[in-house]
Amino acid sequence: MSPLVLLLSLLVLSVAGFLIGRQKALDLARREGGASRLHSLPAYYGALTALWCCLPAFFMFLIWLGFEQSIVTGLMVADLPEEARALPPARLNVLINDIRSLASGNIVSGEVTPLMRDAAAQYISLKGIGRMITSVIVLVAAVAGILAVYRGIKPRLRARNHVEKVIMGLLVVCSTIAIFTTVGIVLSILYEAVRFFQQIPVAEFLFGLEWSPQMAIREDQVGSSGAFGAVPVFAGTILISAIAMLVAAPIGLMSAVFLSEYADRRLRMVAKPLLEVLAGIPTVVYGFFAALVVAPLIRNSGVQLGIDVSSESALAAGLVMGVMIIPFVSSLSDDVINAVPQTLRDGAYSVGATRSETIRHVLIPAALPGIVGGLLLAVSRAIGETMIVVMAAGLSANLTANPLQAVTTVTVQIVTLLVGDQEFDSPKTLAAFALGLVLFVGTLFLNIIALTVVRKYRERYE
Amino acid sequence: MQDVVNKTTVEKRILAPRDSRKTIGSIHVSKPRMVCRDVNVYYGDKQAIRNVSIDIGCNEVLAMIGPSGCGKSTFLRCLNRMNDTIDICRVTGEILFDGKDIYDSSIDVVPLRAQIGMVFQKPNPFPKSIYENIAWAPKIHGIVESKSDADEIVESSLQKAGLWEEVKDRLDQPGTGLSGGQQQRLCIARAIAVSPEVILMDEPCSALDPIATAKIEDLIEELRTQYTIAIVTHSMQQASRVSQRTAFFHLGDLIEVGTTEDIFTKPSHQLTEDYITGRYG
Amino acid sequence: MNKSAGKSVARSSSGRGRTIDIVNKGLKSRYRKEKRFRFYGLLSIVASVVFLAFLLSSIVLKGYSAFLQTYIKLDVSFEAGMLDKQNPGRSDFQGIVKAAIRDYYPDVTGRQDKRDLFSLFSSGAAFQLREEVLNKLPEEGSSISLWVLADDDVDMLMKGHMKRDVPEGERRLNDKQLRWIERLEEEGRIALRFNTTFFTAGDSREPELAGIWGAVKGSFYTMLVTLVLSFPIGIAAAVYLEEFAPKNLATDFIEVNINNLAAVPSIVFGLLGLAVFLNFFGMPRSTPLVGGIVLMLMTLPTIIIASRAALKAVPPSIREAALGVGSSKLQVVTGHVLPLALPGMLTGTIIGMAQALGETAPLLMIGMVAFIVDVPGGFTDPAAVMPVQIYLWADSPERAFVERTSAAIMVLLAFLISMNAVAVVMRRRFERRW
Repeated sequence: MSPLVLLLSLLVLSVAGFLIGRQKALDLARREGGASRLHSLPAYYGALTALWCCLPAFFMFLIWLGFEQSIVTGLMVADLPEEARALPPARLNVLINDIRSLASGNIVSGEVTPLMRDAAAQYISLKGIGRMITSVIVLVAAVAGILAVYRGIKPRLRARNHVEKVIMGLLVVCSTIAIFTTVGIVLSILYEAVRFFQQIPVAEFLFGLEWSPQMAIREDQVGSSGAFGAVPVFAGTILISAIAMLVAAPIGLMSAVFLSEYADRRLRMVAKPLLEVLAGIPTVVYGFFAALVVAPLIRNSGVQLGIDVSSESALAAGLVMGVMIIPFVSSLSDDVINAVPQTLRDGAYSVGATRSETIRHVLIPAALPGIVGGLLLAVSRAIGETMIVVMAAGLSANLTANPLQAVTTVTVQIVTLLVGDQEFDSPKTLAAFALGLVLFVGTLFLNIIALTVVRKYRERYE
Repeated sequence: MQDVVNKTTVEKRILAPRDSRKTIGSIHVSKPRMVCRDVNVYYGDKQAIRNVSIDIGCNEVLAMIGPSGCGKSTFLRCLNRMNDTIDICRVTGEILFDGKDIYDSSIDVVPLRAQIGMVFQKPNPFPKSIYENIAWAPKIHGIVESKSDADEIVESSLQKAGLWEEVKDRLDQPGTGLSGGQQQRLCIARAIAVSPEVILMDEPCSALDPIATAKIEDLIEELRTQYTIAIVTHSMQQASRVSQRTAFFHLGDLIEVGTTEDIFTKPSHQLTEDYITGRYG
Repeated sequence: MNKSAGKSVARSSSGRGRTIDIVNKGLKSRYRKEKRFRFYGLLSIVASVVFLAFLLSSIVLKGYSAFLQTYIKLDVSFEAGMLDKQNPGRSDFQGIVKAAIRDYYPDVTGRQDKRDLFSLFSSGAAFQLREEVLNKLPEEGSSISLWVLADDDVDMLMKGHMKRDVPEGERRLNDKQLRWIERLEEEGRIALRFNTTFFTAGDSREPELAGIWGAVKGSFYTMLVTLVLSFPIGIAAAVYLEEFAPKNLATDFIEVNINNLAAVPSIVFGLLGLAVFLNFFGMPRSTPLVGGIVLMLMTLPTIIIASRAALKAVPPSIREAALGVGSSKLQVVTGHVLPLALPGMLTGTIIGMAQALGETAPLLMIGMVAFIVDVPGGFTDPAAVMPVQIYLWADSPERAFVERTSAAIMVLLAFLISMNAVAVVMRRRFERRW
């Protein structure tokens, strides 16, 4: 049974469980003389039946879904002939991947050997058996759930309380997913990063000045060692983010000031949605635009002026990233400026201040914590932005402060190190997780400061 | 006050009926500082003030009283064009200050507000130091050029507002750290600092405790010698304590104007009497 | 006190005129500053809008031509033995097309010339012919004329992206090829027609055969997974946190987590997906299932925050009224609060889905960058999504992919704008003030 069909049958069973449970409750009520003899409304007895039908079964289904691949692959590998299992881990991995793709009917990287064909057939049959067993277990669990509740339905059964308790439990589980996500991020990145730091010392990674993660495949190639000093990568990230903030902070802030203090309703009605459109454009589009329009534009104007500009200059990526962040800065600043109480504006106007004096000397100082918080969030966003830099910034790690040269960023390196590579043992791929750890910790730090500052600010004026 | 009113009812004065909307009493004074004639205020389609005419004399305290929503605050905010900040608000009629209509297109609100200051219902000190709260307005207006000028204005304004002794040692601390009553006196000092001629006060004591209120009331009494003051208040006791003339508003109409004593002892309009005897409010 | 008051009186009586004069004197320069400040504000707005216009117009200008495609009319005659009678689908259509081309240009003989000539036609021409034949089996000796796809270089030439008057070495088509094309033009055998391939095909190395449909379907499956997971979970979390959760350290911690996750770089979610779903659970790479789960984790904070705001907007009086008639707390929420907050929650969900639809970076991490020709048919088929397709095409060197990238961007933006428009309309429609 395919997972989808299994889920559908589970759904059908649950509906059936609901109807059966309710029917029994209705029958009971008639025998006892009125629905008021029951503790809860009949529908609650139905709901209780349905819940006990689908929840345990669904849970088992999830467990299987999560581990299906690893269990089946493990069994399949155990059945492989001796000479295949004796292969070095990396080769074995490639083989397993090939067998899997063969089994699912995809293109295989190498030649198809009889061994692989047999293994693929074995894989498919194992998978089929696994699915069958799961289906039986899940369906039996579902039916058992229905029967158990059905037999327990009595007038005194506190069905509503039971149902509410179960629902409350589900709500709690849903709301903790955020925690599990964070924990998952931290653990997964940390685990791989630690493996990286076992091979490359932390200090070398954090303070080394040279970054060339390409490991040679053969021992005798030039530069076979690879260098993992991430300072040039960090510097490039900071350079591009700084350019972006130089664009986004003044323009975003002034846009917000203009829209909230000067613009009349009609202009606001037009300009705000336009800024929202700017915010809604996917980053890959900005990246395309940066690489194809802005970078050549900057390069050509550089040539006209006789300046040497790289075609992947930090300036192009930074400028476009800045534009991407403008609406973000502007909407956050708009929020905090609007949160400044009207009485402060009144106070300034009442002593004869002009609008700009009121804004510059009263509103902005009053809103400053909120604005700073918003800017920090924007910085965090610039640092973590990926597509624009992947498409428009360079790959080689130059340690430079010249915005006309090509630099690389943390996110670019993560993408280039991980895309297309499937082995998880070389420092090259693990380096991506070390960079990811730095990225996560850095942005976490910024976010927490920013969110605290903004929240404190809001509380002040509430 | 209750027995005063009882006495007047015994005299069996003839009162204007409740549905009469014409202003009763003398709107004129001998030395007017501001002259308002047929002022109407609209919020969008809704009329908030109807044909209000009244003079505000030099060195007097004019109290404006009336039930909530009667338009007294709206009227007060017309007097230095604070209503300009509300998009949909429209004012007709004329309000003369120094013989010129303040709603005339040639009038600039910035110097106008430097001459007609305002104190608000809730103390609203700027998020700056006490010193800067006072010195800021003179600075932007170019009234002070040097640090010593500024020091002098800060000191004299705080003196006049009766706050100097309490804050002279902590001028560099934020104005928002003061108590409510102190904050309100800081706001009054801020208004005084640009040497206005008229000070408008919009229920300046409504957010304060009785002791702070008493201090502000004393202050108003002192300030009267130099400034013209128009005060909106919810409290009839306060009006009777601080003002020389009182105007009673009701649902956008100016119902009755007179000396404070007359209004509170022998009102000429049924609505005024109803209000001051506490029949509604 | 008295003394100082007296001093001030003197000051203000002598200086009354003076103060206002000083104020008036300074006005001019203050208003200049005011104007300048206002101008800067306006300039900022204008700059953003101009940039937006620049971006959109350059994409439209680059991309609109991708909606048309060059076709060449070819007369194909089926001589005896050309078609496989038993199984017509397995005939040598490539050969038939080549024969037809040779018939039209009998004077082209050299090997290199022939290769150049054939390269004017897309390799897709044979597939077109196959379809045509399978549709209606032609009799032996008959002939049909068929509009077949031209190669992308010809397409670029016809659309004016390749200049004819530059030296031969600087263009991808040589002089002979130009002459052959000119002949086609004179006889009206080459024309731009609506590009249906773009909307019906999957990816391809040949630009003229590449289409967006595979990516659209990939996006559809991915979004379906995201929606099915994130909507119920997001609303359940919001309901719990807003309506039931006690105010304690644990819920504070959840709240901090949610707010922080909303600001975590999206690529970090990709790392999570790679390490947990692919490597630990061994789920299939490049599939909408994993992509959808990763995007769900990313969108969840947005939906939770929006849903909580919607719940907050429901006035407490309604809850009190419902509690007052003896409902349980859960009944109050499901019966009264949720229906009122639902429009706001839906709006938040749509906005979150629009974000997810445009997201690229985390999907790169879980292998959705693979080159996938087949249109995906389910949740566990390898698939590309629209933004990733854009990224892949943007990386391709062929000139013809530039216009296809721009066209794909237009399609993506059309989806996003319509989603956001729905959200705006819903917000306007259901915005209620109590």
